[in-house]
Amino acid sequence: MSSGTHGRCQKVPRWVSRPPRASELSTRFVYTTAKAMENQPKPGLSVQTSNCVYFSEGVDTNAEDSNDTCCVNVVFIDRAGKRIPVKAKVGDNILFLARKHGIDLEGACEASLACSTCHVYVKDDYYDMLPQPEEREDDMLDMAPVLQVNSRLGCQIILTPELDGIELTLPRVTRNFYVDGHVPTPH
Amino acid sequence: MNTSRVFGFKTMKTLLTNRSRATITSGLRRLACTPSSCPRVCIVGGGPAGFYTAQHLLKAHPAMQVDIYERLPIPFGLVRFGVAPDHPEVKNVINTFTQTAQHERCCFHGNVTVGKDVSVEELKQAYHAVVLSYGAEGNRLLGVPGENLSGVYSAKDFVGWYNGLPCNKDLCPDLSHETAVILGQGNVALDVARILLSPLDILTKTDITQPSLEALAASRVRRVLIVGRRGPLQVAFTIKELREMVNLAGTRPDMVPADFKGIAEVLKDLPRPRKRLTELMMKAVREAPSGEGSTSRQWGFRFLRSPVEVLPTPDLTQTAGIRLGINRLEGSGDGARAVATGETEDIECGMVISSIGYQSLPIDPAVPFDPHKAIIPNAVGRVLKTSGLYCSGWVKRGPTGVIATTMNDSFDTARVLIQDIETGILDISTAKPGSQTVTPLLQKRGVNPVSFSDWEKIDAEEMKRGSVVGKPREKLLDVTEMLKTVHS
Repeated sequence: MSSGTHGRCQKVPRWVSRPPRASELSTRFVYTTAKAMENQPKPGLSVQTSNCVYFSEGVDTNAEDSNDTCCVNVVFIDRAGKRIPVKAKVGDNILFLARKHGIDLEGACEASLACSTCHVYVKDDYYDMLPQPEEREDDMLDMAPVLQVNSRLGCQIILTPELDGIELTLPRVTRNFYVDGHVPTPH
Repeated sequence: MNTSRVFGFKTMKTLLTNRSRATITSGLRRLACTPSSCPRVCIVGGGPAGFYTAQHLLKAHPAMQVDIYERLPIPFGLVRFGVAPDHPEVKNVINTFTQTAQHERCCFHGNVTVGKDVSVEELKQAYHAVVLSYGAEGNRLLGVPGENLSGVYSAKDFVGWYNGLPCNKDLCPDLSHETAVILGQGNVALDVARILLSPLDILTKTDITQPSLEALAASRVRRVLIVGRRGPLQVAFTIKELREMVNLAGTRPDMVPADFKGIAEVLKDLPRPRKRLTELMMKAVREAPSGEGSTSRQWGFRFLRSPVEVLPTPDLTQTAGIRLGINRLEGSGDGARAVATGETEDIECGMVISSIGYQSLPIDPAVPFDPHKAIIPNAVGRVLKTSGLYCSGWVKRGPTGVIATTMNDSFDTARVLIQDIETGILDISTAKPGSQTVTPLLQKRGVNPVSFSDWEKIDAEEMKRGSVVGKPREKLLDVTEMLKTVHS
């Protein structure tokens, strides 16, 4: 996916299933121009699983975004506790953003709200800024291993300017972190 | 595991900076072809556990060759044969599995029954490691008189029937009676109830098999009772499936409000998933209209009931009803136990579907098996008291959990295997031939493995047949026909 940012801001892509929020319609952001839509991945085309991590890791299209005023800084904290800062754009979806940067978010159902494999914890301040999850997302979260109060599905988080600095932690659900035989309880 | 991943990234980054992207493939191939650096692993079972294990192995090791052996000529296991036809979005995961199968270091070998066509010992000779991910093909028995009567089915077979599992194509379930009883309160039970009661116009747009669609069109089943041995707070299904029942067009819930006495008081102390699930059940109870409504189809839960006997018709051949023992609960929460009170009640029904769980079966005498837990005894995926044997998915931890559970557990197994290579527990110093010796062996035994591109021929044929009738696909139901399509 091309970063396509040369001082211009990216728009909310057409595959975002909810209506735009007021903040996205501010004068700084022109909503869905044809150009912006061309540059955005569609779910079916942007499927890039962790299989392809080598390739996506190597092709870093975001390096030029560092001075972009529309840039949203996102920090992923992986399952080993390592902080991975990435640059993103308004309208980016956290699942596809993670995949693009080779971060282990699976997204088995490809953002169709039928699984919980893109489960993340959102740092509290930012969690409160997100729109309420819809019922279907809550239903899927209920199946997520190690659910917490700040749990969300990555595929349902769409970046807005105010989310700049958001921190997303990948749940430590795997058992070999618990070599002493401890099994994490799901609640 | 992290070391190898970092190594993988660095290798690829170097390649990317020094060469054009087109050379990546050949670079990897070269790495892969050095025998000393080329561990060969085979996976037994081409379902979600097998594919997720393969996915992580391929990702975490830059040279590993992974072969997947599958009994059927088609991949994806329960994603194809278990996931309900009206849940197409869950099947999106097939796209990820397809990427794995098409990975240049991965090879799919369908139509191979491990334990019969080739032994686990022979696989161990050919590969550095064997991962058993063959799932749970058996089902737990009720263990009550009348279990073998006509009209009693396992949910596994019933699901296999409407999803086109070749061995279940001739099930012909008897749908001629008004009431069906499902024993068990998990998601499979709700899938079965939903398929039995769904309006046909929903099902006709799915990949449900044509024979089952026709049978369901002629079905006289109007009432489905879903029976659990414990109470509302112990149900095993999840909220998505319950919500689908509550919202199912043309049906209404048929509940026993008294079952929910005292539940409202404990709601606030429940963990969130259990609380939301219970609230939705109670909403369904409150909104259940009394008496006959405009809708003719009903579904409902019956709690604190265990099967005692399937009651036969006077000629002793068919199912006429079921005798349920009435239980009380001892303890509370997930650990509450059902204790028989000695009282019973009879329900008239023409069909009993037993949905009390799948069960893994032993595959080969060379593989340890715990008959009580019905799993391969293992420590985080390492098969106990063996070397070079691993397991993942249901055969590792038992037949429970959603796809995320199997994904995590398969990734765990893959990490452990990679870790064992790094620490030397798994010896990869001698080159192994992999499928180079297994394939000729199979051919000598009259078995012709089906490749992933062969499957794609079947896939194309199924989608072609589906498009004629307005369905995403019309599944081939017969292995012979699948193989004919491959070789046509």
